[in-house]
Amino acid sequence: MIIELGHFALILALCLALLQATLPLYGASRHHAGLMAVGQSAAVAQFLLIAASFAVLVNAYVTSDFSLATVVENSQSTKPLLYKITGVWGNHEGSMVLWVLILSLFGAAVALFGGNLPPGLRARVLAVQGMIGIGFLTFILFTSNPFLRAHPAPLDGNGMNPVLQDPGLAFHPPFLYLGYVGFSVAFSFAVAALIEGRVDAAWARWVRPWSLAAWCALTIGIAMGSWWAYYTLGWGGWWFWDPVENASFMPWLVGTALIHSAIVVEKRDALKSWTILLAIITFSLSLVGTFLVRSGVLTSVHAFAVDPTRGTYILILLVLAIGGSLTLYAVRAPALQAGGLFAPISREGALVLNNVLLTTAAATVFLGTLYPLFLDTIGGPKLSVGFPFFNRTFVPLMVPALLAVAVGPLLAWKRGDLKGALQRLWFAFAAALLVALVGLYLAGFKPILALLGLALAAWVAGGVLVEWAERVKLFRAGAAETWRRARNLPRASYAMSIAHFGLAVSVAGIAASAFEVEQIQMLHPGDTLPIAGYVLKFDGTERIQGPNFTADRATIEVRRNGTTVEELHPQRRFFPLQQMTTSVTAIRSNLLADLYVALGDPDDSGGSTVRAYWKPLTPWIWIGAVIMAFGGVLSLSDRRWRVGVASRRRVPAAHPAPGE
Amino acid sequence: MRRLLFVLPVALFVAVAVYFLLALNPNRDPQLLPSAMIDKPAPAFQLAGLDGGQGIALTALKGQVVVVNFFASWCEPCRDEHPLLMGLEKQIGVPVYGIAYKDKQPDTDRFLKQLGDPYKAIGVDESGRTAIDFGVYGVPETYVIDKQGRIRKRFVGPLSERQITGELLPLVQQLQHS
Amino acid sequence: MKALLALLAFLLLAPAAFAVEPSERLADPALEARARALSEELRCLVCQNETIDESGAPLAHDLRVLLRERIAAGDTDAQAIKYLTDRYGDFVLLKPPVEPATYLLWFGPIIVLLLAGGGALIYLRRRKAAAPVAPLSAAEEQRIERLLKDEG
Repeated sequence: MIIELGHFALILALCLALLQATLPLYGASRHHAGLMAVGQSAAVAQFLLIAASFAVLVNAYVTSDFSLATVVENSQSTKPLLYKITGVWGNHEGSMVLWVLILSLFGAAVALFGGNLPPGLRARVLAVQGMIGIGFLTFILFTSNPFLRAHPAPLDGNGMNPVLQDPGLAFHPPFLYLGYVGFSVAFSFAVAALIEGRVDAAWARWVRPWSLAAWCALTIGIAMGSWWAYYTLGWGGWWFWDPVENASFMPWLVGTALIHSAIVVEKRDALKSWTILLAIITFSLSLVGTFLVRSGVLTSVHAFAVDPTRGTYILILLVLAIGGSLTLYAVRAPALQAGGLFAPISREGALVLNNVLLTTAAATVFLGTLYPLFLDTIGGPKLSVGFPFFNRTFVPLMVPALLAVAVGPLLAWKRGDLKGALQRLWFAFAAALLVALVGLYLAGFKPILALLGLALAAWVAGGVLVEWAERVKLFRAGAAETWRRARNLPRASYAMSIAHFGLAVSVAGIAASAFEVEQIQMLHPGDTLPIAGYVLKFDGTERIQGPNFTADRATIEVRRNGTTVEELHPQRRFFPLQQMTTSVTAIRSNLLADLYVALGDPDDSGGSTVRAYWKPLTPWIWIGAVIMAFGGVLSLSDRRWRVGVASRRRVPAAHPAPGE
Repeated sequence: MRRLLFVLPVALFVAVAVYFLLALNPNRDPQLLPSAMIDKPAPAFQLAGLDGGQGIALTALKGQVVVVNFFASWCEPCRDEHPLLMGLEKQIGVPVYGIAYKDKQPDTDRFLKQLGDPYKAIGVDESGRTAIDFGVYGVPETYVIDKQGRIRKRFVGPLSERQITGELLPLVQQLQHS
Repeated sequence: MKALLALLAFLLLAPAAFAVEPSERLADPALEARARALSEELRCLVCQNETIDESGAPLAHDLRVLLRERIAAGDTDAQAIKYLTDRYGDFVLLKPPVEPATYLLWFGPIIVLLLAGGGALIYLRRRKAAAPVAPLSAAEEQRIERLLKDEG
């Protein structure tokens, strides 16, 4: 009975989405306040209904209700509770419900917190959100219904892929979807602006926080996915240029360009049509990602079950949403009034360069990901595009981008002094040079690219410090003045420094992976393995029993200077239901380097292959991402972003005449 | 000119969407790898037989059209296709040879005793090296070799009745008469 | 089709990735280093997006051993790679060959960069040369003076 209620809630939500997509749009064109207000109530009600539906689904998994087909296929009664819950979104149908849940959450948020938006704009934004909702709710109800029953209900389920039974899974998809789907708000704002025919600084002021929020979530989501792969897969890889990884990375790249481009719209009333295009493209890439993962056109470790009917449906959605918005762009964008002027060498110019590099990078990833598919469809040879391609094309694009990160903030708006900025960056250059020389001394010329990466990271970090020092007049105006200035700097300024610093940290971590040390040996109880100043002593393995697996658990003593500093317990787990073996790695991390130990195949005489890696600076990859996201959140908390302030300051200013 | 630039994004999208539509073609299999050995001479090999039996060598196969089937006792889809292999030689009129891929001989023995032996002769490829020379990447795979010893077609995965009557039989007949 | 999926599913249930086994390694460290470098650019055919260096699949193991045999036998890197592409096609390479079919792939990024960069430059130049702002009237000039003095 409850299941049917959950099902019905989704159907009702679809009806509300239909209302939300049409009435406010009509109301906005007629300036009919009542009809426009329908958007807000519909958005909130839609969210509540989908939340109820989602709760019903979660309950079905938690109570192991095997009368539901998806529960049978993806769960089993012996699964731990946490994984019963996270299993809800570990499969196609459940993850789609999570998708629309987050979509409606953002719609409701715009309805509830967008009180200071002009009613017409708000109504149109909610209408577009409603249209997206219609698309996905019909997709769920007609092709991926999680509430279908299993006849007859079996006694137990088929269980979930053991690799997915991990705490990392709990957080990776929800964050990813908050990001992916969160960019729908920017998309809706862009389409609404095109319909209205007007983009002004106030628009950017409202778009930027929503894009920033989605960007923060996506940053965390991608970082979590990468970290999860790192400690799960057993050899320390953390990025594979897998198509589904790329599908989340592309919106991140374009989303980064978007949040930077929106600054120019807000501050200088320029780059308007370009920012609108970026907002459309970011969410379009999210949609393309959804298509790639669920249609079966590509093979990937992440891909959900293959189904071409679903693929066709999503393709239709893509054509309507992306084709529609881009056509609207082609028709309406030329009429948008051009804004402020600026010289090529200026803060705006630097942000334009940033946009060019980031979008080219996204295009590169797009090309590499989809090229095998394109060739295959036209009957060409079957090819693979992997790491070697991206190393040669993506990485070189990042070098000028990283160089610019330090220079851009030092250039003035409208007209900047490049020579002056570079001169003031002597400190950053010195830092980079120092790092490079120390690296050359320690490691020689061979890892030259890694050294370049480390030097770039130092350059960016140095640039952050230089910019802050400039603002607070460090060493130039006395300690009291510096302290006063530092305290009064706007939060958004610190947020920028922190986010850029986080980037430097991540880049350093990525570059340092060239210096990792690997030791793989067959060890018998009592054997030792030296690595990077530690000595690992293998004490043997024991058999243990888990809730739905058996495992070989090894005990490895980590010794330094003769004393045991830690005991590590890597495992090999065997899941009888799925006949699968997974590896649980043991990592000793001091946040500067990881000592990473995994258990390999046993031999017949009580020994086991032990893989040990020492990975310097690798934790920085994810720490840097967290710092970047923190910077983004800090920026969001800046009071200047509260839309209340915006309306007080902006309303008196003359709005540019609507584009003709 | 400027207007044209604004049309560029939607034009690019249309191109991408067309490719996606083509990619959804149900006849297209993203997992299927076409053989790189088509029309190339089959690799020379000489394999011992089961339990010291006769074995197969490529040189002995020259001058006739043959079908070579890679199988293993641990391979579930091989069991699925086995009934169709039982009458295959009679159906298509050419000898069918089997190569046991990375299998322990007692296991292969048991497999064939259980399900029947459809092969004219069996070669044992325990290391899997001969399979690699053929470009095998999984079992079962079935190869058609012509009179001159060239590989002409590869079937990946278990043979279906439709494949046998629709593709294998016509090809074999065509090669017989060339 | 379903059976093919079953076949592949079977093959993919390889043990969780355990890369190069100690027993596979070549005695000569220089040759072993070459083998490792090459394996990192070769695709595991029965996995999804893994190199033969990383994968635990039996076929990956066989290919690693084969690669080392070829290198130990004196093949150059190119010859060892050719041995594999002769049998498995270019699909086994993670770095696609630069040939007419892949020109768009390899030169695409630089073309996009030049187009986007060029477009940006034209845009920036045009902005700079845009119509100058109309001169201020006397009343407006006075207003500006007053405002500037207040800000002081």
